[in-house]
Amino acid sequence: MKITYREALRQAMHEALAADPRVFLMGEDVGRYGGSYAVWKGFLAEFGPERIRDAPLSELGFVGTAIGAALGGMRPIVEIMTVNFSLLALDQIVNTAAVYRHMSGGQFSVPVVVRMATGGGRQLAAQHSHSLENWYAHVPGLTVLAPATVDDARGMLRAALADPDPVVIFEHAMLYPMEGELSPDWEKADLRTAKILRAGRDVTLIAYGGTVCKAQEAALQLAAEGIEAEVLDLRVLRPLDDATIMASVGRTRRAVIVDEGWRTGSLAGEIMARIMEQAFYELDAPVARVCSAEVPIPYAKHMEEAALPQAPAVVAAVRQLLAKV
Amino acid sequence: MIEFRLPSLGAEMEDGTLLEWCVKLGDRVKKGDVVAVVDTSKSAIDVEIWQEGTVEELVLTPGDKVPVGTVMMRLREASEAGAPAATNPAAAPSPAATAPARPAAAAARTAPPTTAQRPAESPKAAAATPVAGAGERQRASPSARALAHELDIDLATVAGTGPHGAITREDVEKVAASRKATKEAPGSVATTKPRLEAPAATAGGAPVRAATPVERSLAMRSAIAAAMARSKREIPHYYLATEVPMQRITRWLAARNAGKPITERVLMAAPLIKAVALALRKFPELNGYYQNGSFVAGEGIHIGVAISLRQGGLIAPAIRDVADTDLDELMRRLANLVSRARALSLRSSEMTDATITVTNLGDQGVELVQGVIYPPQVALVGFGKVTDRVRAVDDGAIAVMPAVTVSLAADHRASDGHRGALFLAEIARLLQSPESLDVAADKIMK
Repeated sequence: MKITYREALRQAMHEALAADPRVFLMGEDVGRYGGSYAVWKGFLAEFGPERIRDAPLSELGFVGTAIGAALGGMRPIVEIMTVNFSLLALDQIVNTAAVYRHMSGGQFSVPVVVRMATGGGRQLAAQHSHSLENWYAHVPGLTVLAPATVDDARGMLRAALADPDPVVIFEHAMLYPMEGELSPDWEKADLRTAKILRAGRDVTLIAYGGTVCKAQEAALQLAAEGIEAEVLDLRVLRPLDDATIMASVGRTRRAVIVDEGWRTGSLAGEIMARIMEQAFYELDAPVARVCSAEVPIPYAKHMEEAALPQAPAVVAAVRQLLAKV
Repeated sequence: MIEFRLPSLGAEMEDGTLLEWCVKLGDRVKKGDVVAVVDTSKSAIDVEIWQEGTVEELVLTPGDKVPVGTVMMRLREASEAGAPAATNPAAAPSPAATAPARPAAAAARTAPPTTAQRPAESPKAAAATPVAGAGERQRASPSARALAHELDIDLATVAGTGPHGAITREDVEKVAASRKATKEAPGSVATTKPRLEAPAATAGGAPVRAATPVERSLAMRSAIAAAMARSKREIPHYYLATEVPMQRITRWLAARNAGKPITERVLMAAPLIKAVALALRKFPELNGYYQNGSFVAGEGIHIGVAISLRQGGLIAPAIRDVADTDLDELMRRLANLVSRARALSLRSSEMTDATITVTNLGDQGVELVQGVIYPPQVALVGFGKVTDRVRAVDDGAIAVMPAVTVSLAADHRASDGHRGALFLAEIARLLQSPESLDVAADKIMK
């Protein structure tokens, strides 16, 4: 069955609200407005203002509230409009949610789910377009997810709610209208493994979130040139699934990491380091990465496109690794 | 402290075997001194040093086979204080025992105390730093290295097709497959890895030996194969040739040689090489190297002369600064080079300095050479046999006169056919005024 990413999120949320009275959704414009990306249209009418709660423009406040609710036995889902705004709530997420289990000697866990949009591509300029997933992937105590497929949009929320500890979910804003085939496997979505979306023998394209479809687009172009690229969707940014990454790189012996974050201090850099540590002797070429240009994401359409990682850059990086320039 | 490392003695050299030291502990060496004889796939080569100092430690012992870049010995610079022999510090008398404290004391004046408190560590740390010239090593991917090690394949015999010419796993697999095919082919001689390693030295005091002729010719064949395959794979060659009248220079040379003893006569090869060198002054884009995606002009005009070896194979050692050398001196150096090349006794600088190669196959009777460039050089000039040819001369008349076909194989990445053609025309022009080739070094305008 073909559905959109947005519809998959709706189904997941609807199921969660219907299945467990402890679950509620809170965030800016989630109620009367129907969600910034129109994901929650009709939810307020169906579930009422107790469970679909519009929050004031205060990320620090409502994320803190959600953490309190989680400590009190609820299963809150908070929505932050974009990762840029989540910086206001970093203190609650990093200093509170992520550490309580540790600091309380295991007495308290914080079963909160924090959803946020991320990424550029919609001409929303530098304060609404960045990819800061690696900031959260850096923090022990968090599980960080990046659903890139309709399967994961449908399945990951259930798994996240089942987790007793805080989970941060990044939805790339370009993905909401994306259509995909919902496979029967969506119910198996876990919070640990990466997934091979396309098998190939020549190079592994490692991507997550919004760059997965760009990697797939690049793989299609490369296939036309006789280069078989494997596309690996990380799915989970913390903890990274080293085993799947190394198995794939061990087969293809080459890797290009496609990361919408900036190169410096990026998740791509972390993955490269792990490949060096664990698969050095398998490599047949230096690991390459395609990241965003190191600028605040520009507003102008052509400049924004140039700043973000695009399929042709991935294709070019692969050709270079294979000395087919 | 100077660390003297095994230099790369050719594009395809990966490692070398130390045959003997030509210096001993305490010797003072200066620029250009031969310090060791090292066996490579091509020949035993006298390795020169380009620094001055006193030999402090011989790190390698004869028989050691080590990769290019390995520290061979350590020297004390003239400015450094004498240090005790590394072998026996405990027994050193007190004046020497205080010596190592001096660099530390000097360091203490400029460095933080923590550094000064651990002076003994700094030389070791320096020794452990990566090879400075590592970029010159043949690049190979980790996977390719691991596989080559596993299959006992010498990476020097593998041509790289990966990024920046790196050897990939597939390149090693291909060599392994062809080796297997050769072994399995009925009636063929099994070729194993050429054993260049000298027998393990030398508990019984057995002398370290150079590779045997058979071993060497196998190794040389694979080295030539790797270099030439790389050349044809990577270098977009273009070829030009032109016929040059040789009447004037033939007569001029005969007159010049007349009355001289055989040993002092100049053969035609010398003015031909000289003409190439002088022409290169106007065409620097043919003289140098193509490396890492761009052309680097040679720092001088050092012409590699292709010399065939009696046991098969060839070698192209360099004559340095040919343009500044007069013909008599050039002839002496050429003759000397040929005899030493055939005796497999060359110096390291001669193996690495060539900025272009000249090959002369006229002795074998051929008229036209279409050469393969020796990477990373960007051009090769070929001369055929000087033969009498029928030529149209002025006024539509026909004459028989000696002529030679000079050809150019050049790297299209570094130069274009238009310039190549002008270069050949310049050689032709120079050969028409042989006197201009005979000017002593100090008379030639740079």
